[in-house]
Amino acid sequence: MSILIDANTRVISQGMTGFAGSYHTYRMMQYGTKIVAGVTPGKGGKEHLDVPVFDTVAEAKSTTKANASIIFVPPVSAANAMIEAIEAEMPLIVTVTERIPVLDMVRVREMLVGSKTRLVGPNSQGVLAPDVCQIGVMATDRSRRGSIGVVSRSASLTSEVVAQLTAAGLGQSTSIGIGGDAVHGIGFVECIKLFFDDPATEGIVLIGEIGGNEEEQAADFLRSAGMKKPVVALIAGKHAPAARRMGHAGTLTMHSTGTADSKIDDLKKAGVAIASSSHLVGATMREILKESAA
Amino acid sequence: MELYEFQAKQLLAQYGVATPEGRVAVTPEEVERAVKDFGGRTVFLKAQIHAGDRAKAGGVRPAGSPAAAKLAASELLGRKLVTKQTGPEGHLVKRLLVEAAVEGGQEFYLAAMVEPFSGSIMFLGGAGGIDIEERAAKDSSLLERVHLGISGEKKTGDIAAFCERMGPKDHSAKLKPIVDRIHKAFIELDATLIEINPLVLTKSGDFIALDAKIILDDNALFRHPDLAELREMDEIDEIELKAQRSQINFVRLDGDIGVVVNGAGLGLATLDLLHAAGGKPANFMDIRTTAKSLDIANGIGLVLDNPKVKVLFVNVFGGGMQPCDTIIEGLGIALRRKGRVLPMVLRVTGNNEDIAKVRLESFGLPKIHSTDMWQAAQRAVAVAQGKAQ
Repeated sequence: MSILIDANTRVISQGMTGFAGSYHTYRMMQYGTKIVAGVTPGKGGKEHLDVPVFDTVAEAKSTTKANASIIFVPPVSAANAMIEAIEAEMPLIVTVTERIPVLDMVRVREMLVGSKTRLVGPNSQGVLAPDVCQIGVMATDRSRRGSIGVVSRSASLTSEVVAQLTAAGLGQSTSIGIGGDAVHGIGFVECIKLFFDDPATEGIVLIGEIGGNEEEQAADFLRSAGMKKPVVALIAGKHAPAARRMGHAGTLTMHSTGTADSKIDDLKKAGVAIASSSHLVGATMREILKESAA
Repeated sequence: MELYEFQAKQLLAQYGVATPEGRVAVTPEEVERAVKDFGGRTVFLKAQIHAGDRAKAGGVRPAGSPAAAKLAASELLGRKLVTKQTGPEGHLVKRLLVEAAVEGGQEFYLAAMVEPFSGSIMFLGGAGGIDIEERAAKDSSLLERVHLGISGEKKTGDIAAFCERMGPKDHSAKLKPIVDRIHKAFIELDATLIEINPLVLTKSGDFIALDAKIILDDNALFRHPDLAELREMDEIDEIELKAQRSQINFVRLDGDIGVVVNGAGLGLATLDLLHAAGGKPANFMDIRTTAKSLDIANGIGLVLDNPKVKVLFVNVFGGGMQPCDTIIEGLGIALRRKGRVLPMVLRVTGNNEDIAKVRLESFGLPKIHSTDMWQAAQRAVAVAQGKAQ
């Protein structure tokens, strides 16, 4: 099994008729994901990639019984696309779009409170349950089905770590990109909870970096909930110059955010095994699993 | 995008937050005239740079007469000011803000920022004074806080109670409208930070913003063409701006290993690997997934322009949106354009790795050194140190 998505997940693609939307929706279909419809305002009634296109998420959802949506809508209207999907009570939204204004995300977060929706992203590569379902834009050729859950703030490092896990003989139950933006949907803590409850997941990899406080929150949670399954973490950015934004908006140092060293320290104290270098995540997980089996 | 103090104050004044009477001047003569126009009152000359800690570095100077102001201005303008926040090279002072002195009083700190965990606008406030930001960073309980929303009353915290806790005795009712105005400005300007430090409560019972800092959300500038124009006067690094235009996040560092990486996380990890191997990166690079091969060529060109670079370290993991071959194409184009011959260590793996190999050959570029990034990083460091070729 996997978390958030499975073989029965029925996906609509918001912004499917655009260039990137078309390309990546097609890739997901090839992977075996059940793409049941697209949504592009003004193009309702047409067909694209052999699935119907609707004007609204509500229509697409009620007609096709979709339970997830992926959003490729450009930054200027991405927040409205998310809000439309939240109002249509879509259980899962994955937003790929990057460079969304941060206050638009504050608005989206307000809409999420008390809603029936889980949001992944924005600025996320998506969610992948290898061989089962892909909702996202990640490369899939190095991933294998297995028992490691991966949750990450970085798309590029996820590809790297997934390849290392597979090379170490460790497949993945699900990999999730929570996105590189400061204000986003689900975070490390919620993903860890889901992985703890998922019988198919035996170990968890956290891929964190400087900035924000996802890692601190995860450490807090693990200290109080206990390490139900082994957790390995990689924290990137030990040598990043201070007070500079390094690509991800989330890496901008803000009030009460930790350095790479303080995050590592926090996680260690909670019982997390730290990969001493970014090329050693797969090997570290293999060691930890051996130890816990012994 | 960070605004200058005078720009921040102009915007705050438009929202009804009181600021000292002031004028921007670019020559000592303009400064002298401004002081005369202010009726010869005592003024402060404030260097306009994008960095704090100016006062301690001599970037804020009082002047009691037009002549004294002119003299002080000639000492500040056209010089580089080095503060704790500028780095050793300092920032060039091109403008001064000439401000009429304000009668002293109790000082407060007040700031609004986006708080990622709650997804809200957080206000921090409390008694101010020297180094309050540093002290509060160590002990966050020094400042009061309230989380505010955007849409509608019910999602908004209790501003009156926050003002009460902030502690301006008998004057918290006067503080509330200021918080309201900053909240409104924050939303309408698409700010990520508005900070007033100090906010002074004068003896006559008025709040005045003595210093102000505003950072705007770069991702929201598309809906603020008027504010985007303020960037013309910005001190942003020209090279980093060029990279931005090519969909690349680039930060200059002072080492000798030119770094080409796709992705912010992998970019950070690459710096860590090079440091662990004993090397010094010349730059941080994050080729965004939206960059095409010509954008990538522009970005790599910026690395090649750096004379300190002794070796190029290409660490690429091809993803679904940006396969390996796109980046190698950009690399090939950049090298042909610049005609610079440089040792290269390539670690290229992931989506379309096989096509990338064919491209490398057709451009006459070296083979992939390793698919393991640690091995490749060690090699790049050895080359930079002259221990390998």
